[in-house]
Amino acid sequence: MQTTSAHSHAHGSDEHHENHAHHDEGGFLKKYVFSTDHKVIGVQYGITALVFLLLGFILMMLMRFQIAYPGQPIPIIGGLMAHFFGPLADKGIMSPTLYNMFGAMHGTIMVFLAIVPLAFGAFGNLVVPLQIGAPDMAFPRINMVSYQCFAAGGIVMLVSFFIPGGTAQSGWTSYSPLATSVEGHGQTFWLTGMVLLITSSLLGAVNFIATIIQLRAPGMTWMRLPFFVWAQFVTGFLLLLAFPPLEAAGLMQLADNVLGTSFFLPTGLAVGGRLADISGGGSPLLWQHLFWFLGHPEVYVLILPAIGIVSEVVANNTRKPLWGYKSMVYATLAIGFISFIVWAHHMYLTGMGTKISTFFQTTTMIISIPSVIILTCIFISLWGGAIRFNTPMLFALAFLPMFGLGGLTGLPLGFNYSDIHLHDTYYVIAHFHYVVAPGTIFGLFAGIYYWYPKVAGRMMNETLGKVHFWLSLIFMNLVFFPMFIQGMSGMLRRMSDGGAMYSTAKAAAGSIGGLSDRMIELNAFVSHAAWGLALAQIPFIINFFWSISHGKKVTSDNPWDATTLEWQTPTPPPHGNFLKTPEVVRGPYDYSLPGASKDFVPQNQNS
Amino acid sequence: MDIPYTVQPRRDTGLYNAKLGIWLFLASEVMLFGALFSSYIMLRVGADIGEWPQRLLNVPIGTVNTLVLITSSVTVVLGWAALKQNNFARYRLYQTITILCAFGFVGIKSYEYYDKFTHYQVITNDGKVFDGHLIKRDKELVVLSGFEIDASKGKAHGVMEASGHGPNHKPHKEIEIKTSDIKKIGNYGPAHNTYTAIYFTLTGLHGLHVIGGALVIGYILWPGAGMWKTDPERYTNRVEVSGLFWHFVDLVWIFLFPVLYLL
Repeated sequence: MQTTSAHSHAHGSDEHHENHAHHDEGGFLKKYVFSTDHKVIGVQYGITALVFLLLGFILMMLMRFQIAYPGQPIPIIGGLMAHFFGPLADKGIMSPTLYNMFGAMHGTIMVFLAIVPLAFGAFGNLVVPLQIGAPDMAFPRINMVSYQCFAAGGIVMLVSFFIPGGTAQSGWTSYSPLATSVEGHGQTFWLTGMVLLITSSLLGAVNFIATIIQLRAPGMTWMRLPFFVWAQFVTGFLLLLAFPPLEAAGLMQLADNVLGTSFFLPTGLAVGGRLADISGGGSPLLWQHLFWFLGHPEVYVLILPAIGIVSEVVANNTRKPLWGYKSMVYATLAIGFISFIVWAHHMYLTGMGTKISTFFQTTTMIISIPSVIILTCIFISLWGGAIRFNTPMLFALAFLPMFGLGGLTGLPLGFNYSDIHLHDTYYVIAHFHYVVAPGTIFGLFAGIYYWYPKVAGRMMNETLGKVHFWLSLIFMNLVFFPMFIQGMSGMLRRMSDGGAMYSTAKAAAGSIGGLSDRMIELNAFVSHAAWGLALAQIPFIINFFWSISHGKKVTSDNPWDATTLEWQTPTPPPHGNFLKTPEVVRGPYDYSLPGASKDFVPQNQNS
Repeated sequence: MDIPYTVQPRRDTGLYNAKLGIWLFLASEVMLFGALFSSYIMLRVGADIGEWPQRLLNVPIGTVNTLVLITSSVTVVLGWAALKQNNFARYRLYQTITILCAFGFVGIKSYEYYDKFTHYQVITNDGKVFDGHLIKRDKELVVLSGFEIDASKGKAHGVMEASGHGPNHKPHKEIEIKTSDIKKIGNYGPAHNTYTAIYFTLTGLHGLHVIGGALVIGYILWPGAGMWKTDPERYTNRVEVSGLFWHFVDLVWIFLFPVLYLL
């Protein structure tokens, strides 16, 4: 069954020409831009999302300069910034308004344009149909439209940087009434972009769920699904059901901005010292409820696919079945349900009432249980394994403590009394970045290194990969760990001067509190670490492109000796994926099966 | 390459792909409208006393529109059933009625919108509140056909009392107000208060669904009808799926009507 790559190439080009004789391959546009093939769409999602990931990172690096050296012109590209943003970056100095814009767009881009499309759009598209033995997604054309909506939403967001008045500047959460009170059309662009992105997610979610339910190959029962598929399945439901309320909220805020309604604007709202000319009667709290109704399930949209990838990589590189596969599946389902009733733990300080806070505090503590179950299962899976320390495995292994740290530091935020102190500080930033950056992004890197040979037919370079890994791991921690300390000492987020205004040195005589010089000096340290983290990504970028043409050619369709179905196709898989529909006869992780001739038995092989 | 279960149902799920797809899509639609209904509740609970209008809309017109939509829901099923019996002509008849109903619904709704956009409230500099339909508006003068209301218990309450739903029914008369006396003038559009805001958002979004559904049903009925000859089973499935969407649109209205018109 182990066809060599060269063989399958020949195979593909001969037999498939006949198969596809009636199926017009079309020109470049049809093959790469308007393709309905899930693999091409997956790559489109992946590359677009990686570009946005870099862009979001660049925004933050510029902001980090302003935080470390407030009021100083940005070196090297300061002139360019002044050219593009005019008075907002006068003489290359980032103004607080521009800082706010970059902050809002950093969050928006990272969450909605980088991580979700990469984790769900790219990996889901590429891997899920292959892993379940399907020829494509259930609705290939809707899949294409989904990507196009995503791209359109991204373009709207990008264009908004250059409109008069600049882009959205009310944070990625866009709280009303702030989001309606700021001047300019940035917020309108933001909302329009969001509606497009939400539409894209919705179409994608319908497609994924339908595909997983309907197109599983014969014999692929629910408990034979690779864990990654389960993770994507639950993620699909989260996107399907959590995003529409934000769409509704977006429409209402759009009406507030454009039609002059008062959905989220209270009676007696004063803007710039003058009573606003509105009917009033609206509720700012309503926006927060609707936003976080999406916002919290969204956290699990960010993390579940990464956990799925890590599980695949860990099982493959320990050469052992996942320990507690079923518990992991049920825990994932539990997370899916509970994640819909925890949202208001983001809102303890809004004055919504202590009884409601207590309810959401309780559910928040409950949802940590299934998360811990999953993580524990993966940890125990390592026990007694003959671990192969290749690049994907290194990233997957680092994911575990990093995500663990991010998760555990979330507990004090989930208790409403300790949250009073920590709310809106750098502690919060450190917490969720530990979850998403060295957590999710490491998981995604593991996925890129792991599935790259399936797409490109060549391996990524191991040495560059290891350099990338170790430098990223070190710098990630240097960036985010000091933020815990800053946050606990009371440094607020969203301040363009990095807290200098509240330093003890500047405080008036007799005032209490203030930030010590050491806390403020940490800003420069963190900023340098962030720029170091950027340098650490250079090996990855080189590796990613260089390996397309120069990487080591794979010698078989299954270079990692894996059991799941995506490795039982030709490399790269042709349109339609499988040469014949696979018959699944066993579970997803039959590694080191006693009595088997090799240490792995693919799902579609008898032994 | 053929994707399985595009026409025939999969045995263990009992569904073909598109039918599962539309059910999932409708689940997300439930969340979309659910969020708006929740917003309605939050806004209404949070409204100041006397500022949430009740019975602002014309109930008989709303009832007629409800009947129109229910009729269309019946014909959509009958049309699908006719196709199942291989009776294309009868299917076409029923679905044409469905589309006519959609037109009727949107027409009546447009009339109601027009009525609200020409309905004005004027607050004068000396604190009086006038309410009525606009007859004339130029640089010097605004003429309304309406009445002065007592806004002491809240403007919305005053309108309800004066407009005939309370005991103090007042006849409409022509009121002339000088532009220079006007402190604030505005129609009953979305910006009037939170009730009109949520009213226009909910019915507007629902109206878009009606139009979208009618376009899809119309497309299947006329330009896309060739599939009936080439692939009748798949064609019938399309009719079923579009019908499921149409029932959902109908169902949303069944909730909208009491919430916005009666309560």
